[in-house]
Amino acid sequence: MPVGRTAPAPPAPGTVLPDTPTPGPAPGRGPLRREGPAKLTGTALYTDDLVFPGAWHGATIRSTEARARLLAIELDPAFDWSKVVVVTAGDIPGPNIVNSIQDDQPILATDEIRHHAEPIVLVAAPDRALLRQAVGQVIVRTEPLAPVLDPLASDRVFVHYEIETGDLAAGFAEATLVIEGEYRVGHQEQLYIENNAMIAVPRADGGVAVHGSLQCPYYVHNALKRSLLLTDEQAQVVQAETGGGFGGKEEYPSILALHAALLARACGRPVRMIYDRHEDIAATTKRHPAVVRYRSGVAADGRLVAQDIEIVMDAGAYCTLSPVVLSRGTLHAGGPYACPNVRIRSRAVATNTPPNGAFRGFGAPQTEFAAEMQVNRIAEALGESPLDLRRRWLYRPGDTTPTGQVLRESVAAEEVLERAAEAAEFERVRARTAGDRAQRGPDARSAHGIGLALAWHGAGFTGSGEVHLASVASVELTADGRLVILIGSTEMGQGTKTIFPQLVADALGVPMDDVEFAPQDTALVPDSGPTVASRTAMVVGGLVIEACRRLRAVVEERSGGPFADTYRADAGTHGATRIDQHFRPYPGVDFDDTTYRGDAYPAFGWASAVAEVDVDLDTGEVAVRSVVAADDVGRVIHPVLAEGQVEGGTLQAVGYATIEEIKLHDGRYLNDRLATYLIPTALDAPRISTILVEAPFSGAPHGAKGIGELPMDVGAPAVVAAIHDATGVWIHDLPASPERILAAMDTLVRR
Amino acid sequence: MIEPPLVSPPTLADAYRLLAESVYRPIAGGTDVLVQLSGQLGPPPDRLLDLWRLDELRGIELDGDALVLGALTTYSGIRRSAVCRDLLPALVEAAATVGAAQIQNRATLGGNIANASPAGDMLPVLLATDATIVVGSIRGERSIPARSFWTGYRQTALRPDEIVIRIRIPLVADRQVRFRKIGTRRAQAISKVVVGLSWVAPTSGSPWRTVRLGLGSVAERPIRVTATEAFLEGRLPTPDTAAEAAQRVAAEIQPIDDVRSTADYRRAVTARVLHRLIREAGSW
Repeated sequence: MPVGRTAPAPPAPGTVLPDTPTPGPAPGRGPLRREGPAKLTGTALYTDDLVFPGAWHGATIRSTEARARLLAIELDPAFDWSKVVVVTAGDIPGPNIVNSIQDDQPILATDEIRHHAEPIVLVAAPDRALLRQAVGQVIVRTEPLAPVLDPLASDRVFVHYEIETGDLAAGFAEATLVIEGEYRVGHQEQLYIENNAMIAVPRADGGVAVHGSLQCPYYVHNALKRSLLLTDEQAQVVQAETGGGFGGKEEYPSILALHAALLARACGRPVRMIYDRHEDIAATTKRHPAVVRYRSGVAADGRLVAQDIEIVMDAGAYCTLSPVVLSRGTLHAGGPYACPNVRIRSRAVATNTPPNGAFRGFGAPQTEFAAEMQVNRIAEALGESPLDLRRRWLYRPGDTTPTGQVLRESVAAEEVLERAAEAAEFERVRARTAGDRAQRGPDARSAHGIGLALAWHGAGFTGSGEVHLASVASVELTADGRLVILIGSTEMGQGTKTIFPQLVADALGVPMDDVEFAPQDTALVPDSGPTVASRTAMVVGGLVIEACRRLRAVVEERSGGPFADTYRADAGTHGATRIDQHFRPYPGVDFDDTTYRGDAYPAFGWASAVAEVDVDLDTGEVAVRSVVAADDVGRVIHPVLAEGQVEGGTLQAVGYATIEEIKLHDGRYLNDRLATYLIPTALDAPRISTILVEAPFSGAPHGAKGIGELPMDVGAPAVVAAIHDATGVWIHDLPASPERILAAMDTLVRR
Repeated sequence: MIEPPLVSPPTLADAYRLLAESVYRPIAGGTDVLVQLSGQLGPPPDRLLDLWRLDELRGIELDGDALVLGALTTYSGIRRSAVCRDLLPALVEAAATVGAAQIQNRATLGGNIANASPAGDMLPVLLATDATIVVGSIRGERSIPARSFWTGYRQTALRPDEIVIRIRIPLVADRQVRFRKIGTRRAQAISKVVVGLSWVAPTSGSPWRTVRLGLGSVAERPIRVTATEAFLEGRLPTPDTAAEAAQRVAAEIQPIDDVRSTADYRRAVTARVLHRLIREAGSW
């Protein structure tokens, strides 16, 4: 199949630097990853590699019930407690709250236990053997309470939204075809390579420094300040090398840092809290399960005239980031299709299960799976190609979304769809699989199928989120003539440490090797906002470029010569020059958080995927053979890293589609180990062909819109469509496991 | 990780003596035992007896009309063995499905047998080939047929002082052996269903004799389904045979729902795979 890496167009001359040639590596090319050699040679220092002499080891005693009254915490008097420290909620100097959107999650449970694996008591000891003994001598007395485990039965709503546009009743009245569906998606574990890990070190000023595996240093900083009653300086957060996050280290490190810091305060020494995989899977956040009910109306002439969508997300026991996860899921639920009459109602509810949180895609994969299932089922009902149907319905420049946002620019739905479909030869393969299906006997061994999906993904924070974040990014020409990037954005494997020096080298006209990247330490770098929402390259990258332009202007004004030739001398004469660039709202972008009207995102990224599968008709096993992914990222900064993001996101989506599943019993995860929570191996990985499309966003100086989450939105619906093409059955619930496929096929045979 | 005391005897005789004196948990490649040392999956063993140095328990050889494999034979060893490939390719096929390369380099056939997991990948093949498990102790050696070796959930016929020392698989003229493992993914997966099937037939048109059907992950231990075997005995691999055998095996097993799969799925897939194997044998 003539599919391959498609080299992105080189940056248009003059796009970034209109006035000078570019001596260093520039956007559009790909230097080696900055931290790559250290990772490859094993010298990179992850949290567990950091040595703090005299450090103790910490452990968390957790709930073994989904819901209970906490009656007492007892320490066996036979044990010598003088050799260890024990921390309970009463030892927290400030509020017993993990700082987040709502003040509902305690650092340690007090009266009521609300989920399995909820932290109750902390223990630290000088060595692991003593720690294990001490943990065994803590008795937690509880009285069970009836848990709420079914989100549809939960009456505790953390947040709800409603978006309505047009006249839904009129839309359905005009419809000659109405397709309804209910789609269920389950938990998904991020499964970063490195588990959550944190080391807290007491500071001489009475504060605490934490070193850990994390995405958002300032989230942790705020959490420490608030609950330990510390000043900005007393709370110090340092990111260690971080082995993956995918959202799983967005909010969770706050509670872990608080635990480590409380123990470090109690024993007056550094305390290490390094989760093993079992604890990490059992206790940390997952992708929100969701139930999406969908009703679509199609007019006689084939127009999409009505969408009525109801979303219920299971937040788990505490709110965490559910309001923003649900918001993104709600805003994307219609899919990338123009429809005049839309109602989307959504709610995130509490259950007595571990809290769910951020995970690549952040609510959108759940609802866009449902949206794409609807489109594919409608195409089948109309007897029309799913490609042709999308061609008619997809957003084009000038179209209006359900929030009233007019898509003025950077709309590449059509381009990603056409590029993916062409590269995958979608119609040719589809004709072949249709022929195979017609000729297939009842005893056929396997079946091949092809499926298509299209998605949009809002770039940056939702609504006015970026305005509230008020991010700062800095560039400094130091007194000794070095160029240093100062941002709070973190490297977790996606390439931050490489692309920012690229952007700065390009903006200043200097070699990339001359650009340094300050450590992600809150004592050194400003709050550039969290490293989430595929926002770093777009938003923080834009700020850094603006800062560079100002720095360059200042120096060139003083020196009268080109920056690259004069900046070292300038530093010698004028000392350090630091530019702090503050976020300014994107012009013409306005959103009302209360009415949910307006520009939900400054721009959207667009993605399409075509998947081919083989289904074993004896066993229902699915082998995803290939995925062609076309993703519009605005502007490619580093093609190799960008393709890596698409490949990794696609494989994570293939896992979500086919095998990744958390099974629960009484609110406890049954498969909370790597032996039982399975993700695809290299042998299960399809051949992934990446096509990078560039529809730049004018609000960012370099045009980039972000990439990390895009592929996660399209993989699962494409794979499930391919399973349908192979077998004739629709799998409405993720994952499309062999158990579900075989059950659906048997139903089909009986009919 | 808990690290119990470990002794590492240099000879099999030393190992027998130690086992006669006190209770040890034998450890070979460690792929099952190391997981238990986390202490999270039940009490860890008190004392370990390391078998890795016992070269007497290594080697794959032909002994008359039997293939004899030392208990310390690794899956990589089976995969590399020309003798196994030539004489019992189903064993090689099964070895290739165990864990992944790192596991196959350490995990041993004897360990898989002694660990007695109902999901042990190799065990249905041993059942289907009438293998004999030879065990030894200071009191001497004895042979236990595979069909009576696994006595219950993770229970074996081994006495506390005995270890598995070798496996003897008779090589039977005109025997066909088939293997299928159904797991969640293509490597590093614990099975949902394992099927080992063998029969003797001089030609593809001959009726099946000495039919053996060993199954994994459908009961509390690896089992043979003797009623289905009896049905297949003397029959030709026709469509009617396949349909009836599939129905019978589905009725004969009582799998359970667990974290890896469902009873319904296991029953259906066992039947469908058996149907497929008979169909392939009959070339229809």
